[in-house]
Amino acid sequence: MSLLRYESQVRPPLVDGNKDYHQVTEDICRPVETKPTFSWWVGFIISVGLLIFGIISVTMEVMYGTGQWNLGKTIGWGWDITNFVWWVGIGHAGTLISAILLLFRQGWRTGVNRAAEAMTIFAVMCAGQFPIWHMGRVWDAFFVLPYPNTRGPLWVNFNSPLLWDVFAISTYFTVSLLFWYSGLIPDLATLRDRAKLKWSKMFYGVAAFGWTGSTKHWQRHEALSLVLAGLSTPLVLSVHTIVSFDFATSVIPGWHTTIFPPYFVAGAIFSGFAMVQTLLLVTRKVLGLQDYITIEHIEVMNKVIVLTGSIVGIAYLTELFIAWYGANEYEGFAFFENRLNLSSPYAWSYYLMMGCNVLSPQVFWSKKLRRNLLLTFFMSVLVNIGMWFERFVIIVTSIYRDFLPSSWSTYYTPTIWEIGFYLGTFGLFFTCYFLFAKFFPVIAVAEIKHILKRSGENYKENMAAVEKESLGDFDHHHLHEH
Amino acid sequence: MGVKKFVVGNFYDEAVLFPAVKKVRRAGYKIHDVFTPFPIHGLDKAMGLKDTSLHVAGFIYGITGTMTALGFITWALTVDWQINFGGKPFFSLPAWIPITFELTVLFAAVGMVLTFCWLCQLAPFVKKDHFNPRSTDDTFVMALECTSKTNEAEAIAFLKDAGAQDVSVQYRETGWWLGRYDKETIRFQKKVEAAH
Repeated sequence: MSLLRYESQVRPPLVDGNKDYHQVTEDICRPVETKPTFSWWVGFIISVGLLIFGIISVTMEVMYGTGQWNLGKTIGWGWDITNFVWWVGIGHAGTLISAILLLFRQGWRTGVNRAAEAMTIFAVMCAGQFPIWHMGRVWDAFFVLPYPNTRGPLWVNFNSPLLWDVFAISTYFTVSLLFWYSGLIPDLATLRDRAKLKWSKMFYGVAAFGWTGSTKHWQRHEALSLVLAGLSTPLVLSVHTIVSFDFATSVIPGWHTTIFPPYFVAGAIFSGFAMVQTLLLVTRKVLGLQDYITIEHIEVMNKVIVLTGSIVGIAYLTELFIAWYGANEYEGFAFFENRLNLSSPYAWSYYLMMGCNVLSPQVFWSKKLRRNLLLTFFMSVLVNIGMWFERFVIIVTSIYRDFLPSSWSTYYTPTIWEIGFYLGTFGLFFTCYFLFAKFFPVIAVAEIKHILKRSGENYKENMAAVEKESLGDFDHHHLHEH
Repeated sequence: MGVKKFVVGNFYDEAVLFPAVKKVRRAGYKIHDVFTPFPIHGLDKAMGLKDTSLHVAGFIYGITGTMTALGFITWALTVDWQINFGGKPFFSLPAWIPITFELTVLFAAVGMVLTFCWLCQLAPFVKKDHFNPRSTDDTFVMALECTSKTNEAEAIAFLKDAGAQDVSVQYRETGWWLGRYDKETIRFQKKVEAAH
C-alpha cells in the first residue's frame, strides 16, 4: 500500500491555487449553474446545423440506396468505414484514461476523465452510425442480432469478425456509459443539493438517483469503479483489436497482416488523446477551469501522444519491412506500388499520414513545446487529420486496385452525401458535447476532492522546508559525495 | 423505515472526522451513518463496516456471461444449424473467443451496476431524507441514532468534544420513497404527528 501511495517529492500538486472543498464545488458547478454564453450558443447552433446536414445526407442514402455514395467496383468500403474506424479510435481515450490510469493509480486522470469519458460515448455513438447506414436496407439492421427467427431459425455467423464487431462495439458503448454514469451520480447529487431553480431541482433530483453520500454507498461505489476499470481495461484493448480483425482476417493484400491489432490499438489511443486535447484546451479556457486542467495535464497527455505516435510509426515501418521481406508480390504491390510510389494516385494520402502521425508528434520530445498550448492545439488537430488518413490509406489504397486490372476503380472521390454524412457525425458529436458541458460537471467533482489534499503534499512541505533552509544547509542536505 | 431521532454533527476536516468516529464508537454510541462528499479511504474500516462483496457478484455475472456465450454459440453452430465453412470443424472455439469475452464483460458490468443500484437503493425518482444538503459539497455529516437509552444532551456534548460543529437533534425518515426533489412530498413523519 505504501508503495502504491508513494508520491515523488518533486511532483507539483494536481490542482493549482489553494482551494478548499467548497471552492472546488463552486468552480466546477459554476458553468452548469449560470446561463450559457454567447460562444456556447454559436458553437451549439453550428453543431445542430451540421447534424441536420447529416440527417439529410442519411435520408438521401436511405431513400435512394448506397448508390448515393461513390463506392466503386472494388471500393466497397470508402469514406463510411474510414469514418467508422476513425470515430471508434477516438472513442478509446476516455476509457483508457478512466480505466487503465485508475488501475495504475495515476492521480492526474481526475482532472480529465469525466470529459474524456463523455467524449468516448459520443464518439462511439458517431462510429455506430456508419456500419448501420452502410447496410443500405437499414430497416433490416436487426438481422445482425441472434434472435429466434422464422428463417430456420438461421443464426448469425459467430465466426465472422463483422459480427464480433457488433458485439464489441455495443458492449463497449454499454460499459462506457455505465462507467461514466455511475461516476456522475455523486456529482449530480452535488448539483441537486445546490439547485435553486425548480427544473434543475427536478432534473438533477431524478438524475442523481437519490444519492446521499453514505459511507457504505461510497464503499460499494469504490468497489464498483475498480472492478469496472478492471473489466474496461481488457475491453478497450479488445474493441480496437476486433475492429482490426475486420481487416486482418481477410485475404486482401495490405489488410491481412498480424501486426494490425497492436498497431490499431496504439493508433486509437493516439487519436483519442489528440481529440481529448482538442476538446479540453477549449473547454478549460471557455469554462475557466485552468486550475483543474493544468498545464501539467496537457504535458502528460502530450507525452502519451509522442509515445503512441512513435509506436504507430514503428508499426508503419514494420509493415513496409515485412511487405519486402515476405516477398509476396501482391503484398508488395499494395505497399510499394499503391502507397509508396509517388506517381500512384493515392500516394499523397500515404505521405500525408506519415507526416501527420509519425513526424509531427516528434516535436513533443521538447518540454518547452509540450507546454505550448497553441502548438498543442494545432498538433492535436493535425494528428486527427493524420489518423483519418491512416484509415483511408488502409481501406482505399488496399482495394482500389484488386487482383484483376480490368476491374480497377477509377479515382475515388466522395459525393456530397458522403461528406455530409461525415460532417453530420461531427454535428452529433459536438451537439452532445455542448449539451454535456452545459448540463453536467465536466470535471469529476468528488474525485478532485479526493485527491485535493493528498496531491502535492510532499511537494508543498518540501518546498516550504527548502525555502526556509540557508544555502549552506541546502548544499549539505542535497549534495552527496559518492 | 419510519421516522427516527438522530443527533447530527458536522465536520469540516477529515483529519478531525477519523479520530471522532473512533471515539464515538468506543463510547458506545450507535453511528447511523457518516455522509461524505467524496470517498474517504479507511472510513468504512473505522466505522466497522464489513467489506462489500459486490466484486464477488461481478465474478458470478461474468461467469454467467461466459457460459451463456459459449453455450449458445456451441448449440447454434454444432447442434441446431450446422454450416460448413470450408470444411472447418463445426466446433471452432478460437473464433468464438471474441464474442465470449465481450459477453463476459457485458454481463459482469451490467449485473454489477444493477446490483450496486439495488443495494444502495438508487434509481430515478427515488427520494431520500438528507441531514445536511452540504454533505455533497464540503461537509462530513455524522448521524448518531438515538435509542431509548441515549441521553441526548450527553451525546451532543460528546460530539462537540470530538470536534463536530453545529450539532443538532433531527427527526428524519430513513429509507427511501418515490418522489421528486422539486416537490415536498408528504412524509411518514407528518402522518405520525397528525395521528397524535
